[in-house]
Amino acid sequence: MREEIIVRVGAKILTPFIIMFALYVHFHGDYSPGGGFQAGVILAAAFALLALVYGLGAVQRVLPPWFTRLCAALGVVIYGGVGVVTMLLGHNYLGYNALAHDPEHGQHYGILLVELGVLVTVFGVMASVFYLFAGRGRRDS
Amino acid sequence: MSLDFFVSHYNYWVVIFLMMVGFYILISRGNLIKKIIGLNVFQTSVFMLYISMGKITGGTPPILIGDAHGGEAAGHVVYSNPLPHVLILTAIVVGIATTSVGLALAVRIKEAYGTLEEDEINRIEAQVEASE
Amino acid sequence: MSTVVDIVLLTLLAATGIALLRIRNLFAVVMLAGIYSLLSAGLFTVMDAVDVAFTEAAVGAGISTVLFLAALALAGHHENRPGHTPLLPLVVVGVTGLALVYGTVDMPGFGGADNPVHHHVADHYLEESPHEIGIPNVVTAVLASYRGYDTMGETTVVFAAAVAVMLLLAGRRRSRAAAGDDGEEGGAGHR
Repeated sequence: MREEIIVRVGAKILTPFIIMFALYVHFHGDYSPGGGFQAGVILAAAFALLALVYGLGAVQRVLPPWFTRLCAALGVVIYGGVGVVTMLLGHNYLGYNALAHDPEHGQHYGILLVELGVLVTVFGVMASVFYLFAGRGRRDS
Repeated sequence: MSLDFFVSHYNYWVVIFLMMVGFYILISRGNLIKKIIGLNVFQTSVFMLYISMGKITGGTPPILIGDAHGGEAAGHVVYSNPLPHVLILTAIVVGIATTSVGLALAVRIKEAYGTLEEDEINRIEAQVEASE
Repeated sequence: MSTVVDIVLLTLLAATGIALLRIRNLFAVVMLAGIYSLLSAGLFTVMDAVDVAFTEAAVGAGISTVLFLAALALAGHHENRPGHTPLLPLVVVGVTGLALVYGTVDMPGFGGADNPVHHHVADHYLEESPHEIGIPNVVTAVLASYRGYDTMGETTVVFAAAVAVMLLLAGRRRSRAAAGDDGEEGGAGHR
């Protein structure tokens, strides 16, 4: 597919919109369908599209494999960390009411942070797994 | 059996049919990747069963209408059950993650044995055991 | 109207399932699996599960197809004709299916508002979440707040799956000849 100009230009035009859409799905997840799981998958799909069109090497210069692995672990840390913070503030584990004076605001912050953790993990996992499958064939050829 | 009964259970029966298609692929096909696809079909049909249970006829998606703080409109709207949606939403993402583990195993088996067919793998295993 | 769409989509799904069963070119099977996912996403939308439909469309028709194609590129895409007669699997599947259908006869009908499933915690979520959480999308509220532990477990499972794939695929790929040279050691390690 490297020589197909329509595919190359099309992928280049679409990618920023896909990434924007993923972020919209994530941050608008409180008001419409969406959330961290969907956004993470869409974000990973944007990079998978680039990798299919431009080759794995080009994408891994932008998004190195160590970074996706870091993301996969970091998201779980964010999620668990929110729980630890609420505990330190004197509430239950993942009791978001602790995060602000108004319980409802606390819930908003908590959900946003937790969904951020989900987004980061799901994105990191999907991108890492894609890299591993796509990189497997070419390593020793 | 009345038409009413048929219509109100059609969903469940087709879901069971799809479940059995997935199950059949899983136990009758020898190719490991085909087996994983069968497992996926099975899994998706279970998702459909859950979502079927959560549906209320004439309901709307569980996104509250009007004021977020339970405005006037909220009392008169029927929402479908959000609980199965939550369970299945996470199950889908976990499903793809576990599917990728299965695919990784299949790739390693292919590299080790040179085939993905169950009977050929068994034959190679038997030969190795006989020669040891 | 939505019942008609529902029945049409289910019938298309059944047809796709049979095609999945019969086709032996795995590339075609993977593409059909993508179609199957997309159809089920449509079905989820009809059944008001918009979040689920969104996820299924993004995962099933997007990432999963790409992963399957990558795996096929590594593992080959031809499926052999099944060696033995399909009689035993057919009997097993038939008996299981009949047992499940028998189980549905007692189930409350599809779409009934007073089905028991709607009256345990769902009422609480729908009535109280505007005051307790204050966001309109109840699915997100339940996912991240009421069932936050659950979601944390799922996130950890996803992470663990990635670790498993890394363990399986990140190592150096050994060629067949090299595997033969250190066969003793490698063989022992694999068992």
